[in-house]
Amino acid sequence: MLANQIGYYSLIIGLLCSLYLSGVSIKDFCNNNKNLNPKIINLSFLQLILVIVSFFSLILSFIKSDFSNETVFNNSHTTKPLFYKISGTWGNHEGSLLLWLLVLTLFIFLFLTKSKEQPKKYRILTLLFQQLIIIGFFLFVLMTSNPFNYLFPIPVEGLGLNPILQDPALAIHPPLLYLGYVGSSIIFSASLAAVIQNYISKEWGQHIKKWVLISWIFLTIGIMLGSIWAYYELGWGGFWFWDPVENVSLMPWLTLTALLHCILVLERRGTLTSWVVILSITTFTLSMCGTFLVRSGILNSVHTFANDPARGIFILIFLFILIFLSLGVFFLFHKQNNKGANNIFWLSKDSSILVNNWFMMYFLSVVLIGTVYPIFLDVISTEKISVGPPFYQKLITPFLAPFLLFMAFGPKLKWIKSKIENKKSLAIFLIISVTLTLFILKDITTDLLFYTILVSAAFFLFFTTLRELLFQKFNNISQVVAHFGFSILILSILFNGILSSEIITNIKIGDKFLHKESEIFFEKIEEKKESNFNSIIGHFKITNVKGKVIKLNPEIRVYNQPIVITSEADIKTTLFEDKFLVMNTVKGNEYFNIRYQVKPFMIWIWISVIILSLGGLMSLFKRKYEK
Amino acid sequence: MKNKINILIIFIFLIFCFTIFYKGLDNPNIYTPKTNDQKNLPIFKVKNFITNTDIDLTKVFAEESYYILNIWASWCVPCRKEHPLLMELNKNKSIKLIGLNYRDNLNNAKKFINELGNPYTQILIDADGTKAVEFGAYGVPETFLIDKNKKIIRKFVGPINKKILKEIESIIK
Repeated sequence: MLANQIGYYSLIIGLLCSLYLSGVSIKDFCNNNKNLNPKIINLSFLQLILVIVSFFSLILSFIKSDFSNETVFNNSHTTKPLFYKISGTWGNHEGSLLLWLLVLTLFIFLFLTKSKEQPKKYRILTLLFQQLIIIGFFLFVLMTSNPFNYLFPIPVEGLGLNPILQDPALAIHPPLLYLGYVGSSIIFSASLAAVIQNYISKEWGQHIKKWVLISWIFLTIGIMLGSIWAYYELGWGGFWFWDPVENVSLMPWLTLTALLHCILVLERRGTLTSWVVILSITTFTLSMCGTFLVRSGILNSVHTFANDPARGIFILIFLFILIFLSLGVFFLFHKQNNKGANNIFWLSKDSSILVNNWFMMYFLSVVLIGTVYPIFLDVISTEKISVGPPFYQKLITPFLAPFLLFMAFGPKLKWIKSKIENKKSLAIFLIISVTLTLFILKDITTDLLFYTILVSAAFFLFFTTLRELLFQKFNNISQVVAHFGFSILILSILFNGILSSEIITNIKIGDKFLHKESEIFFEKIEEKKESNFNSIIGHFKITNVKGKVIKLNPEIRVYNQPIVITSEADIKTTLFEDKFLVMNTVKGNEYFNIRYQVKPFMIWIWISVIILSLGGLMSLFKRKYEK
Repeated sequence: MKNKINILIIFIFLIFCFTIFYKGLDNPNIYTPKTNDQKNLPIFKVKNFITNTDIDLTKVFAEESYYILNIWASWCVPCRKEHPLLMELNKNKSIKLIGLNYRDNLNNAKKFINELGNPYTQILIDADGTKAVEFGAYGVPETFLIDKNKKIIRKFVGPINKKILKEIESIIK
């Protein structure tokens, strides 16, 4: 009750604080004083504290199961474990927007304290752009999605949190993803400020790079956690479904990755300035666009829980104001820096990064079209189509092979002009990769040529980066580690796709069936009661050729608040393969529907993403810039 | 000059996107699963709202007529919103409305009906929420259209609106 009031009023004071802060900043921008008015940093700190207070009072309401709060009532329940009560805070629309605000204010405060050596006017402009976004979100929260709405009479029980969201990976997935998403707001504000001040330069590149890296790392890990959740919880046996909401997180990742590479050129050579600005703008715009698509209910997806058109209209208008504003700033103030841009030799690090950009733009447009086109078509022709994995796979995979080869070659080239060194060893690696691939794939796949090219390209990148990792001095270690991680990612995804096998069958207790050379035996079922769900646990015994026995216990859960039936897959993970078993009841008889899958190298997908982000992390803590 | 044309093209394109998204928001987003595999009604006993006695579900849907099964609760805000539409549907003589009161406090539910009117020919009680699951419901509100052969032919997740109302009326004609 009290927490409710405190949370609500601190939001209002926070909004007023933003307005006042903007006023003070404009005044300080106009006077010629050399130093930043200390009031600005204090106010920004106050703003952060107010949002933190508001956020914690919402958490408190969740912990205390205070059902006089509408958000708590809609998303929590007294029997929910404490951990999920807390994660329920950001597992819903209102709370997640409060989290957006929290990250927005946190980042601008950190930016102000960490950018003391930057020009004053640039810092103030960044702050102003960021305040514009913050004020927009304050208004959005207060007007359309107030997390502190009061309910009377006070309900005795809550409606419960969607049980598929009760998962540890998903509890930390939104905060991390938001740190990445919202972190890109700082890049957006800073690049617009730098354009106006004509400050897009090597120095700016070095200064903004750490913010790009921070966003990139969080976004990468956030996406991975979402994918892990989908794999373990949704029970469909895959890790990426090209669901619109997944795509929406992938798109900023693609532009952010391209931006990261452009910044490397900028900090070293002072070129590609237009790329940097445009990519900074698009990254944040795509993040906002993602919020719009997910939160407005324009998409039907597992993630759409809010269906209020007023919210959609608000974000939509806000989004387009930001787009027009940023494009206006770009066209009015941006001065193309032609110095040095024209004398890029075709074989150089610069040109290979440009090639990388174009690949990223291609992948981005495929994902963007696949995600948005159904909406357009629905509006224009009322025809409903759904774009599925085959579309993306057909359009993306063929381009992966040259992309991987460029990833192997590019970093070896020098700036401006270069020639290929170590031709011999590269040729040897290429031959090894192709032979190895042919040897592995020859009996397995029907589409031999296609996969040979793809897998050899991935192997080639793997071997070249591995060689550098082992024998070269650590002058470029972060890049090598990241590219090495990426090669493992592609390899494990490819082998996972080629070698996976599954069997779907209906059996009853006591039956057995064969899969390849293993025998799967359905021993018995067992019933169990937990505080917030009842479960039926199946006991399965899998015996392989060598007589080794593995037990799998998939579960069917019937949650009581609200009533939802979920299937929990049981997965046995080893370094080489995952065994995945999920069961469902077949209505009206004693049979159970069983899906058994063997999925090779699953764990390497997660490991490789961790290696990839480790590369980013290393770059973040490195003093000297890349060679 | 070339730059200006570029700006114009981008501007027009963005306006186009805006309009599309804006229109997209207007599209009803209520999910109606395609029920080609027409389901039979489940068979079980259920408590009556007024008499509080057990009755067979087959007796509830005994007459040869179209039925609407509407799952509602007094605490459910969208239910309040769709209620006038149900009252309107009740005027149609060729269809009978059955309410399934979902996980509700009986007194609150009675108050709700007294306040907003009773569109239902019969109200059944689903105190623990298990009956709704038998029908295959995801939550409240949810509406099922049952034909003369006692098969569920349509299912509407979420509150019904004018468009759905028209659809129902055109089916039962």
